[in-house]
Amino acid sequence: MSEPSTTQPTSAPGIILTPEEKRRQRQRNIAIAFGLGALCVLFWVVTLVKGSAILQRPM
Amino acid sequence: MSLVDDSTAANRAALVSQAGPQDFIALLKPRVMSLVVFTALTGLVIAPGGLHPVLAAVSLLCIAVGAGASGALNMWYDADVDALMSRTATRPIPSGRVAPAEALGFGLVLSVLSVLMLGLAANWLAAFLLGFTIFFYAVVYTMWLKRWTPQNIVIGGAAGAFPPMIGWAAVTGSVSLESIILFLIIFIWTPPHFWALALLKSEDYARAGIPMMPVAYGEAETRKQILLYSIVLAPVGVAPSLLGFAGLTYGLVAAAGGLGMIWCAIGIMRHREGGAARKASGRMFGFSILYLFGLFAVLLVEHLVLARFW
Repeated sequence: MSEPSTTQPTSAPGIILTPEEKRRQRQRNIAIAFGLGALCVLFWVVTLVKGSAILQRPM
Repeated sequence: MSLVDDSTAANRAALVSQAGPQDFIALLKPRVMSLVVFTALTGLVIAPGGLHPVLAAVSLLCIAVGAGASGALNMWYDADVDALMSRTATRPIPSGRVAPAEALGFGLVLSVLSVLMLGLAANWLAAFLLGFTIFFYAVVYTMWLKRWTPQNIVIGGAAGAFPPMIGWAAVTGSVSLESIILFLIIFIWTPPHFWALALLKSEDYARAGIPMMPVAYGEAETRKQILLYSIVLAPVGVAPSLLGFAGLTYGLVAAAGGLGMIWCAIGIMRHREGGAARKASGRMFGFSILYLFGLFAVLLVEHLVLARFW
């Protein structure tokens, strides 16, 4: 009967991003952040401009 | 182990996005979007009544984003044929920079957001028209008509004709004769504009199996159709002046432009071979853009000047 192995299981290697891929991922993240920020500002501005009218919608 | 490595390498492109923000901007077809924004702005400005400037700007943004979203959905569905045509082979999906699923998600999210935002900022009729335009371009034109019938851009052209109507509806909350006339100008302008391009790129369309008019019925029939549509377009272009919602300047520019369209179409009929034929098609394509831009620019300026001084 052999001894149990003492080595720890290695984690899956996965995909390691190249510097260029990391740069593009960062650019995408920034663009998404700007997009979401702009959306929040849009909702805020539209609410300010419309005031209470935004709640009054004829069906 | 090597099998795993090979598999990983093969799937890398699918697992790791190569796209930068500029690729997602390209998905929105910025050049098409610019014409959409311009015609929608004209609809907004000439419509009777008023809309708060901020809400008008937000409405315009929504129309632009909605148009861009339909462009992204179009590129998602058409990636296979885009890869076969020189004009479109470098687009983000066929070039491998954007995964199809990314483009689909991007297009759907922007579609929903733009329609909802327009409903909140302006009114739900305008939002419905924007949603219908996106549906018409992405589903009716792209998925159905484009690969099925040579009349694809005749019917599909409606999608590009809606923006001034949406702009008008954003202000008035209605659809009227004036906005229908603006719709008709772009609707009738679209076939001669795109068929002039199709004459230049007919080999591309044939390779991709798209039944554009020159591929399905031949170049002679296409030239005839371009002339017929140009003859119909000329009086429709003048209609805003005749119906009283545009001035004399517009009427003169529209009449001269309409004659210019017919003149270019006659040039296409006369020059059927070689470099002269390509030049005539290129002239028709270029002039058609100038014509539409000119008409809406004069309409816009006339109303801005009238509002300022009268």
